[in-house]
Amino acid sequence: MRRLVALLGFVACAWANAQIAVTDATGRAVNVPATISKVHAAGPPASVFVLALAPGKLAGWTRALRSDEIPFLPPEVARLPELGRLTGRGNTANVEVLMATRPDLIVDIGSTSQTYVSLAERVTQTTGIPYLLFDGRLRDTPRLLRELGRAIGVAAEGEALAAYVDASLATIASRIATIPEAQRPRVFYARGPNGLATAPRGSLQAEVLELAGARNVAEPPPGFPGNLVNVSLEQVLLWQPDIIVTTDSAFPAAVRGRPEWQAVPAVKNERIYVAPELPFGWIDAPPALNRLLGVEWLVRILHPKAFPEPLGPASRNFTRASITARRRTRRSKRCCVRRASRANAS
Amino acid sequence: MTRYAIVLSASIAFTIALAVVALGLGRYPVAVSDVLRALVDRSQVPEAIAQVVWNVRLPRIAGALMVGMALACAGAAFQQMFRNPLVAPDTLGVSAGAALGAVGAIFLGLSILAIQALAFAGGLAAVALVWLIASRMRTLDPLVTLILTGIVVAGLVGAGISLIKYLADPYNQLPAITFWLLGSFASFGRQDLAGAFLPIALAVVAMWLVRWRVNLLTLDDDEARALGVPVGALRAYVICAATLATAGAVAVSGIIGWIGLVVPHCARLVVGPEFTRLLPVSAVFGAAFMLAVDTLGRTMATIEIPPGILTALVGSPVFVYLLARVRRYE
Repeated sequence: MRRLVALLGFVACAWANAQIAVTDATGRAVNVPATISKVHAAGPPASVFVLALAPGKLAGWTRALRSDEIPFLPPEVARLPELGRLTGRGNTANVEVLMATRPDLIVDIGSTSQTYVSLAERVTQTTGIPYLLFDGRLRDTPRLLRELGRAIGVAAEGEALAAYVDASLATIASRIATIPEAQRPRVFYARGPNGLATAPRGSLQAEVLELAGARNVAEPPPGFPGNLVNVSLEQVLLWQPDIIVTTDSAFPAAVRGRPEWQAVPAVKNERIYVAPELPFGWIDAPPALNRLLGVEWLVRILHPKAFPEPLGPASRNFTRASITARRRTRRSKRCCVRRASRANAS
Repeated sequence: MTRYAIVLSASIAFTIALAVVALGLGRYPVAVSDVLRALVDRSQVPEAIAQVVWNVRLPRIAGALMVGMALACAGAAFQQMFRNPLVAPDTLGVSAGAALGAVGAIFLGLSILAIQALAFAGGLAAVALVWLIASRMRTLDPLVTLILTGIVVAGLVGAGISLIKYLADPYNQLPAITFWLLGSFASFGRQDLAGAFLPIALAVVAMWLVRWRVNLLTLDDDEARALGVPVGALRAYVICAATLATAGAVAVSGIIGWIGLVVPHCARLVVGPEFTRLLPVSAVFGAAFMLAVDTLGRTMATIEIPPGILTALVGSPVFVYLLARVRRYE
């Protein structure tokens, strides 16, 4: 009997130490423990994905949450410590702090260039913690959700969420396909304190605009597929955008007071829409799953006839963190109401 | 007519011509005839064209002229006062202080007006700190002490900027901070005019009023005192004026380097080091240079080319050329 217990114990240990090989977006086969209880998200996009798939497995945040973000998150998730980011623009994580939280896996989502591959390998060498890298494009999100779900032991959740994202993107794409190019609104995405920074076509930051069937007026300069660029006001006047999308809630009031913006159709017709950005931005910050809400929100603004159903029920299924979903829904409904009242007025 | 009068009137005429050309250039196609008609009578042209001419191009051109003038005048005054050809308007940390103010305001998510106000205040505060520290040290030559303290304070303030960049949100704040530090006139509108005009005009007039005496600052301190010049007070006055001009410029345009360093050298090459002539010529050269750079930056591509990049591209080779010829005027 004692032998049997010992054997069982041994099997349990062996099972706990069992590893599965996961191939990440860089093509590297990484050995990952079969049971994963804690995941370190290396950057903000990875935090969102881990939060959506398995909030209980998130090790911490890449930066301290701001007070306005906390009410949108489940309390046990909001309480997680600040661990710093391992990647992206500047590395703020202390490797010892990272190791002290004992994550089973590090996940980063975003660029998969050689810079990040070498960084990942170095971190694994130093800490012994496996490190997975995935591409952050919204179009590839379903595949990412399936792979990440499998890697962190929530394959079923990954599959369910992936199926939802697939269905949502497919529905949107099929309905937009029926709208001729010429009838799609011309949209300017205004960023920065003066609203003159923008994300040109093809950039990661403007992916939501494209998926929502907007014609992004900002064209990247040939040869420079920049992500964020400054443009002159004259260029905006030349583009004549029908609609301006911004993430800055002070922007609509600010441009209303500036005479030089009045010749922009979107300003003249009061068609400036502020994308919600709590707890995660709906357009691009961080570039993660949260942007799907942005697509669903923007598509209703741009193509109200093709998308008559309200945003609410769809966004409630969005994440397992139900509080998040409910607050977001409430917020987005307000936006829809604002849109509706504007449409009536004009 | 003297050489000075010819140079000054020719460069003023050139700058006016440049401004007229700049008014006709831009991404938004406006015929030159429409520009002129819009200037004479707004109601004769379509509203959009009137907007472009009156609310976009005119303020922006005026802004570039003022900022260029301010930086060049401040640079000329500093180079004269410090008896050092390598000093620039930001030698005493005004740009660094302004940058810290603006970057802090962006970090806190404040409005454009608050960003400009904090930049202005930050620039003045940095120079005040430099003055406070340097005036307590009496062991070294006061000018050397000022320059060294300026470097120290700029370094300290730079650490603050780096810290904020490090802590900033990489998706929203960091790009805004980076763009501000590169300098831009993209959002310069009519409501920015008064805010930029007041400090810059005040400062340039203040420098003009003491143009004779600034020459005497190039003498040894003892010699200048023997001539009855209150050296310490005059220095403080010039620093105040140059700082006011630079802070006013940087607050609306962001950091734009090279103009304050290179333009006074060009002016000196043409009219010599005498400040009563150097100041007006520097002002006009600086205004013209800034306007040319900004006009290029806003017309070359669909995206804006930050003026700070263009001034460095043009300014550094020009400076090397000037260094090679430096004997001519020293």
